[in-house]
Amino acid sequence: MKNDYILEMKNITKDFPGVRALDNVNIKVKRGEIHALCGENGAGKSTLMKVLSGVIPDGGYDGEIFFDGELCAFKNIKQSERLGIGIIHQELALIQELSIAENIFLANEIVKRGVIAWDEANQRTQSLLRKVGLDETPGELIKDLSVGKQQLVEIAKALSKDIKLLILDEPTSSLNEEDSQNLLKLIVDLKEKQGVTSIIISHKLSELEQIGDSLTVLRDGKTVDYLDMKQEVVNEDRIIKSMVGREITNLYPKRNAKIGETLFEVKNWSAVHPLYDRKIVDNASFHVKAGEVVGFAGLMGAGRTEFLRSVFGKSYGRNAEGELYIKGKPVAIKNVEQAIKHGLAYATEDRKTYGLILISSIKNNVSLASLDKVLTRGILDEDKEVVDTEKQVKALKLKYSNINQDTLNLSGGNQQKVVLSKWMYSDPDILILDEPTRGIDVGAKYEIYTIINQLAEMGKAVIVISSEMPEVIGLSDRVYVMDKGRIKGQIGKESVSQEAIMKMILSKKVEVLENDELKTKAL
Amino acid sequence: MTNLKQKLFNNRLFRFLKENEKTALLGRLLKENIRQYGMFMALVIIMVFFYIMTNGVSVRPLNINNIILQNAHIIVLAVGMLFVIVTGNIDLSVGSVAAFVGAMAAIFMRRLGIPWQVATMMALGIGILAGMWNGFWIAFIKIPAFIVTLGGMLIFRGLTLLVLGGQTIGPLSGGFNRISSGFLPDIFSGNGTNLHLLTLLAGLIASVLVIYSTYAKRKNRRKYNFEVLPVWIAVLVTTLILIGINLFTFTLASHRGLPNVSIILFIVIIIYVFISKKTKIGRHMYAIGGNKHAAELSGVNTRKTLFLAYTNMGMLAAISGIIYAARLNAATPKAGELFELDAIGSVFIGGASMSGGIGTVLGAVIGALVMGVINNGMSLLGLGIDWQQVVKGLVLLMAVWFDIATKNKR
Repeated sequence: MKNDYILEMKNITKDFPGVRALDNVNIKVKRGEIHALCGENGAGKSTLMKVLSGVIPDGGYDGEIFFDGELCAFKNIKQSERLGIGIIHQELALIQELSIAENIFLANEIVKRGVIAWDEANQRTQSLLRKVGLDETPGELIKDLSVGKQQLVEIAKALSKDIKLLILDEPTSSLNEEDSQNLLKLIVDLKEKQGVTSIIISHKLSELEQIGDSLTVLRDGKTVDYLDMKQEVVNEDRIIKSMVGREITNLYPKRNAKIGETLFEVKNWSAVHPLYDRKIVDNASFHVKAGEVVGFAGLMGAGRTEFLRSVFGKSYGRNAEGELYIKGKPVAIKNVEQAIKHGLAYATEDRKTYGLILISSIKNNVSLASLDKVLTRGILDEDKEVVDTEKQVKALKLKYSNINQDTLNLSGGNQQKVVLSKWMYSDPDILILDEPTRGIDVGAKYEIYTIINQLAEMGKAVIVISSEMPEVIGLSDRVYVMDKGRIKGQIGKESVSQEAIMKMILSKKVEVLENDELKTKAL
Repeated sequence: MTNLKQKLFNNRLFRFLKENEKTALLGRLLKENIRQYGMFMALVIIMVFFYIMTNGVSVRPLNINNIILQNAHIIVLAVGMLFVIVTGNIDLSVGSVAAFVGAMAAIFMRRLGIPWQVATMMALGIGILAGMWNGFWIAFIKIPAFIVTLGGMLIFRGLTLLVLGGQTIGPLSGGFNRISSGFLPDIFSGNGTNLHLLTLLAGLIASVLVIYSTYAKRKNRRKYNFEVLPVWIAVLVTTLILIGINLFTFTLASHRGLPNVSIILFIVIIIYVFISKKTKIGRHMYAIGGNKHAAELSGVNTRKTLFLAYTNMGMLAAISGIIYAARLNAATPKAGELFELDAIGSVFIGGASMSGGIGTVLGAVIGALVMGVINNGMSLLGLGIDWQQVVKGLVLLMAVWFDIATKNKR
């Protein structure tokens, strides 16, 4: 008789130089269920999945893996794939310039007498796309698809290999609400209709709660909890408690900031896409006061990042025009250098591409935007630089061993702290934080929220862009809602809710500034 | 009594541990700079190898002189190339620019009768303009550096042929020739020794500077309460450096003294080590190579910085061309061929990364010296250009392999 469990990993231990990433981890996944795996960054989730999929080959770890009741020793990914284990990584592994069909059968081509049988490949691609709910044609290029659809193509690719166990690492981290729901529905469909078992790793606990059948929690490389979500009611608080090992009563800490006068105001701002003649920001106006946290809500592609980057020294798009006022005085800001001099800071949503120099040290990253502070008579004083930057990162409780270590090996939350340290060191009055908690765990999120509060309490103006509605709502004194490059309106703390935001996104009205008066006009 | 003993023991234990902590710092420094020290050690080993193989001929003053003269123009190029590569780019045009600059200098002197000092300055200006030309297309029009400088390689080679009419111009002015072939004047001559005293004095001045900078650095680190190396290690390292410097100047002093070109090299290296480590513009170049987007969003003016990197490269290519023409005492249409590849090779042997953001000036200099010493040593052993090329190619490959292997371990 076959085992009830499709997968059992027993006493998995994995050492990296200096750290034990996994310490006797046990995990059991039942056939035909959706198993949720959660834990803070650095808890060992990704390492565990690397062991399972053969990225870390047999011999590189201690412990046993039973798949379908049989002891397995994978030497590489191919071997685990052959048994039916498919893994979809957080960073999509699709080639942008190739078509959907070419991607799906990449390194797995259907070859007849030495020639690729494209007709059959396209046909099979078509039916796979149907299965994941896409009505694209197999010949379309990946780069023309939205991120949400690309994610579905990844799943189709996994399905092309007759998988029994699908592993999804943070599948929804870069998707908007609607695409996320589609994806989750698909995972449930695959389970119910085709009996595919899934392991899903996510920081979005509400999603795990929604679709998970059982759940394993890792902390510091150890299994700390196993919950059967059919047997007992499991809510987010319960999961958070075992993830961080303590209870976080209120994820959004209280703030005692005195809201002062208007620090920063943008009037009638417009900008054009860098490549196409399309307006990415259309006549947008907003203001933010000292000590105030203002949120920018909207769907993916609403133009929030584009808008604020264009305001921040015109670092995105072309033909940016509009008026900027700092403390009531009009200012002209042509480039990022001037923006920083005027007390602006912009912490990007994409740490790795736009925020950090990964091959460079913590010290050099933190000081980069404010090198003038460590110059004495035009010469860099590296000793002062060390003292200053260490003070800065210690204030944010960065976990690091040496200020000269590269930022590459820091965890997501700690990388984010380095980015924040950089901008706090430049001592700005106005901070723009773009998705400040993307891809980081609950504990680190809480710390980032605390930092945001401290900034507001210091009398700075904070602008937060976030696609996680609870975050925007929990943090902001006021929320601006953006859609298709326009500001649809604003909602005060008293009346803000997910429904109110969605309603505003969908509404046919837009808020514009005319003769210095805010007016709501029909689109 | 026992109490006192215990106390003494504890005290000693404490001091021992503290001492250990400091040697740990040494270990860390070694580990962090393994690439540079590794290449330096390789250079020393190569020199010892040729010393043995040539029965000491390789370290005779005349030969040391030759090594300096034969490689000065590549070292200067490698220093400039380091900055270009650190920004994540490349310059293939430097050999042609050097040739063009040499040709123009010759024309200024021989055809137009301009005094050599003025002609040299004008030639330098031409190099700067050539660098600005490359920089303009790369930084402002955003055409890939490979294309722009490949074009530049052809353009400046063509211009060289054009202005020289395919002919060699020479000999050049005596003063110009002495830039490379001259030696420091022996202002203390006639005092009864055969030694070149000014050269010895230069060695002593350099020694004092080394001692002072080591001391100042320790003092500054103390001021900020950083750990410093134990005194004995610092003294040992400094002593080794002092012995090296003075052995070098003593050897040369027993012949004709320091060649003029060594002074140029010394100044160029000092200035650019300083720029790379101690200035904002230097830091900005590393930032651009490390992550252009992040640098831009941190307020780095990437266009201006790139433009400067290429303008500077043009200037150093000009210095290189002048040194080369001065050594040959002629401008030839074939001058500067393959200089760019030697310079690029030196930079990579010196530990720079292809994708930018990593590399040091001293590494590039050591890289150039490694290649130069191998060339020279093989020539002394009677091995021709054929074997020299094979060995140089292998050295480049091995150096980068070593790089990747040590990086993976970390």
